[in-house]
Amino acid sequence: MGYLGQIFVMAMTAIFIQNFVLSRFLGLCPYLGVSKKLDSAFGMGMAVIFVMTLASAFTFLIRRYLLIPYNLEYLQTISFILTIAALVQFVEMVIQKNAPALYKSLGVYLPLITTNCAVLGVAILNTKAFHADGITPYNFLDSTLNGLLSGVGFTVVLLAMAGIRERLEFSELPKSMKGMPIALILAGIMALAFYGWMGFKI
Amino acid sequence: MRFFSELAKGIVKDNPIFVLVLGMCPTLAVSTSVKNGLGMGMAATFVLICSNIIISLIKGVTPPKIRIPVYIVVIAAFVTIIDMAMAAYAAELHKSLGLFIPLIVVNCIILGRAEAFASKNNALNSLADAVGMGAGFTLALVVVATIREILGNGTWLDIRVLPQAYDPMLIAILAPGAFITLGFLMALINIIKGRK
Repeated sequence: MGYLGQIFVMAMTAIFIQNFVLSRFLGLCPYLGVSKKLDSAFGMGMAVIFVMTLASAFTFLIRRYLLIPYNLEYLQTISFILTIAALVQFVEMVIQKNAPALYKSLGVYLPLITTNCAVLGVAILNTKAFHADGITPYNFLDSTLNGLLSGVGFTVVLLAMAGIRERLEFSELPKSMKGMPIALILAGIMALAFYGWMGFKI
Repeated sequence: MRFFSELAKGIVKDNPIFVLVLGMCPTLAVSTSVKNGLGMGMAATFVLICSNIIISLIKGVTPPKIRIPVYIVVIAAFVTIIDMAMAAYAAELHKSLGLFIPLIVVNCIILGRAEAFASKNNALNSLADAVGMGAGFTLALVVVATIREILGNGTWLDIRVLPQAYDPMLIAILAPGAFITLGFLMALINIIKGRK
């Protein structure tokens, strides 16, 4: 299997089979919180893809060239979360300065991303991830790509959810089901559909 | 008597999961069995108590502009402690909770209580708040886990409650079951609140 084939497997896994939201349960707060409107969901999705890609790249470098050589692996959690927080802050400042239009649409979501567990989740998962052969660990490119693809997976379900919830506004629901309960049940049905990708056997 | 009212509010009135809707990721992910739920609840409560006390003690010297990074470092330090302690003394539980132990760092409940409560109150009240919120979180996890484990496996805390002949509803312990269970539980809570 060539490198392109490997990338294809990674993409299918990250986006559909092991979807971050529906099968790994990561990033649920923005998934439930920012999925009421399609445009804000799109903004959030783009911001998450951006930060997840950068975070995967930076945390990989920090782990490989700082933590492992100096036997500091027990500092992984602290160093990763600080990297992500600093990165988000930095990205926010750069975008604000150089692309005010982009900042207007993404700006509000950026601070929220620090506490999005999908970002820290992908960084930690990358450290434990292996290729399909089970021996080669992810290299720098693989980790970055995995971050990007996982972000895409997050965005796909976020947009689907927002599309459904926009229409749901006009439907008549029992009073007790409105808001969070129906969103959760919807997520459950979507998760059920995504199980189809796994080829689930009993 | 403020101590006790701060303690009680987290359990029912301001329950972090059912009322404030914070910290959904671990709730849905580790509520596959009551044992996992209890383990996660206790680990998060430990971090919550320690970080709330420390943050309320250093609130006078923390510059307001960089308070969030300071809180995150405090929380991350305690998460690392509980992560390593669990790996050493409860290896099996540590393995089944997996990724979700380091992810306590980004649990909104802990940062939320640090920002909303511990940074404004004294250490004693922050302790009460942390114990109450931790207990409320653990309670919610156990309730969700009870439903999922009984339906999906026919057991409760590894004790068989439904007869052998019961064919387990496997969906309850898989990902979709988590969402659907919590959705119906929240609807139930809305009904109870509406009656009052």
